[in-house]
Amino acid sequence: MEILIQVLIDGMLNGMVYALVAAGLCLIWGVMDVINFAHGEYLMVAMYVSYWLGFLAKVDPLISIIASGVFIFIVGVLTYKLIIRYTIGKPGLVALLATFGLAMFLKNFCMNRFTPNFRILSDTWLGDKTFHVGNLILPVPQLVAGILALVVIGLIYVLINTTRFGWAIQATAMDREAAELMGINTDRIYVLVFGIGGACVGIAGGIMPSYLAVHPEVGSMFGLIAFICVAMGGFGSISGAFLAGLLVGIVEALAGFYIAPVFKYIAVFSLYLAVVFLRPKGIFGW
Amino acid sequence: MVKQLTRKTFKIKDGVWIAFLIILVILPLIPAVAANSFRMHVMILILLFASMAQAWNIISGYCGQVSFGHSVFFGIGAYGAGMAVVKYGDTPWPGILIGLIIAALVAIIISYPCFKLSGHYFAIATFAIVEIFNRGFLVWDWIGGALGLDYPIINEGLKNIMWHNSKTSYYYCALVIFTFIFGVVRWLESHRFGYYMRAIREGQETAESLGVNSTNIKLTAMAISAAMAALCGAFFVQYNLRVDPPMVMSLDTSMKFVLVTILGGSGTLAGPLLGAAVLVPLQEYTRAFWGGLGGGVDLMIFGLLIIIIVVKQPAGIIGIFNYIGKCFFRQKETGERYASHGTP
Repeated sequence: MEILIQVLIDGMLNGMVYALVAAGLCLIWGVMDVINFAHGEYLMVAMYVSYWLGFLAKVDPLISIIASGVFIFIVGVLTYKLIIRYTIGKPGLVALLATFGLAMFLKNFCMNRFTPNFRILSDTWLGDKTFHVGNLILPVPQLVAGILALVVIGLIYVLINTTRFGWAIQATAMDREAAELMGINTDRIYVLVFGIGGACVGIAGGIMPSYLAVHPEVGSMFGLIAFICVAMGGFGSISGAFLAGLLVGIVEALAGFYIAPVFKYIAVFSLYLAVVFLRPKGIFGW
Repeated sequence: MVKQLTRKTFKIKDGVWIAFLIILVILPLIPAVAANSFRMHVMILILLFASMAQAWNIISGYCGQVSFGHSVFFGIGAYGAGMAVVKYGDTPWPGILIGLIIAALVAIIISYPCFKLSGHYFAIATFAIVEIFNRGFLVWDWIGGALGLDYPIINEGLKNIMWHNSKTSYYYCALVIFTFIFGVVRWLESHRFGYYMRAIREGQETAESLGVNSTNIKLTAMAISAAMAALCGAFFVQYNLRVDPPMVMSLDTSMKFVLVTILGGSGTLAGPLLGAAVLVPLQEYTRAFWGGLGGGVDLMIFGLLIIIIVVKQPAGIIGIFNYIGKCFFRQKETGERYASHGTP
C-alpha cells in the first residue's frame, strides 16, 4: 500500500510538470488552432539556458527559471513573427510542418553546439535532497517543480478567466474577425499568446536540470506527451490539460512500476487512444 | 457526370508520363550516372521516397485523412520481408506478400476507431499509434527487439532481390515499384473510387448525403495506402540490409512521407515525385557535404529549408508549375483543371 502511494505521488509530481508543458501548448492551440511541433524543443532550449547559467555563472535553477522563461518568451515571439504569422489562414498542416522544421533546426543546432552528451547540474540548492513523511520519500527537486507548475498554471488560469487581457484572448480564440471588430488587436494577442505559451514551457524547462539530464533529444518525448495531454484534455481547455497531465503522469508511473519501464509510454499512448475513442473531443472538449 | 469523365482513352498527360518513364528507364544506361554509385543511390532514394509519398497521398492527399502513422506500415513491410530471410532462410517474396497483407489488416483495425476522430485529434492519435508500435517492437524479442534485424548476404538474383556489385538492378526494382504505385493511383484517380475519395475530402457530410459510404471508402483507401507503404518498406530492407524499430517506425520516418508529399503538392499525381526530386537530393547532398562537420549542420539547413518552402508555397512545388501553366494557357482553363488540381 505504501509503495502504491509512493508511486502515485511520484507520478503526480511528474504529471504536474507535464501539465505545465501542456498548458503552454494548449494556450497556443486553443487560441490559434496551431499545433506547435517545436514545443518539446523549446523545453530542451530552456533546459540548456538553465544548465549553462548554472554551469558557467553558478546561478541556481530556481533563479534561472526567470531567465529561461523570458528567453523562451522571446523565442516564442520570434517564432510567431518569423514563421507562424505567415501560416495563419492556410491549411492546418502548414503550421505543423513549419514548426517541425523549426524543431529539427533547434534540435540539430543544440546537437552541433553542445554535442549529444547528457549533462546534469550537480550541486544545486535542491539537488539530491529528499523529504520524508512517515515512510514516504518525496524528492525535493520534483516536489518544488510540481508546486511551481501548479502555481504557474494557476496564474495562467486566473489570467485567462479574470483579466481584460484574458477575455480578449478568449474572444480572439472564439472568433478572430468579431474580436477585431470589437477593437481587439488580434495580431498582438497572437504574439503574446505564443510568448506566454513559450514562457510556460521555459519555466518548466528552467527547473528541470536540477533533476533531469539535458541532451538534444530530451524535448521530443515531452513534446509528444504534451500533445497527448492537450488533446486528451480537450481543445484549448487549460483545466483539461492539467487533469490530463496528472492522469498521464500517474498512468506512466503505475505502468512503469507494476508492468515494466519500457511499457510506460505504451500505457500513456494507449490511455490517450482509449480516452478519445470514448470522447472524441477529449475530456472537457465540446 | 462520372461516367463521362472516366470514358477517356488517352490524354496528353498520359503521354507525358510515358515519355518520362522511358527517360527513367534509360537513365542508368548513361555512363555518367551509372558509374557513380552515389548518384545511383540518390536516384534510387528519389524513386523510393516518391513511391512512399504516393502511398501516403492516397489516404491523405486524395481522401483528406492526414495520417502520421504510415511509418508503422512501412515498418511492418520491412520486417515482413526481413523476417522471411533472417528467420526462415527463405526468399523475401512470401515475406513481402505477408507483410503487405498484415499491413493492410493492421491499417483497417486501427483506422476503424480513429476515423471517428476529426482534425488534430486524428493526427495525434496516429502519433500515438506510431509510438505504441515503436515501443512494442523494441521489446519484442522474436523480431530482434532493439537490436533490429541484420539482413544476411545471400545469393544474387531476382529470387533473393539481392545484387552484390552494382546498384543498377536495385534502381530498376525501385522503378518497378514506383511505376506500379503511380499506376494504381492513376487508375484510382480516374475511376469512381477516386471521385468518391475526393468527394469525402471536400466535404464528408455532403458526400454521405449523396450516397457515398464514407466509412467503407476511407477504410479501403487506408488499406490500399498501407499495403503500398509496406511494399516500399519491403524494398527498403532489401536495399538497406538492416532494419531496427527507430529506423523505420519513428515519427521522423512518418514525417518524411508527409513532407515529401506536401512539398510536391498533395492530392496530385505528380506532387510526390516533384517533392522527392527536390527533397532527396537536398537531404543526401547536404549530408554528404556537411554531415562530417561535427554533425547536425545538414539537418539544420534541411529544417530551415522546410520552413521556407512550406511557408512560402503551401500548395507545393506543383503550385509553382500550375501558376506558370496558368500564365501560358489561360484560355484552355476548364473545370477539369480544378478536378485534378484541388489541394486540401
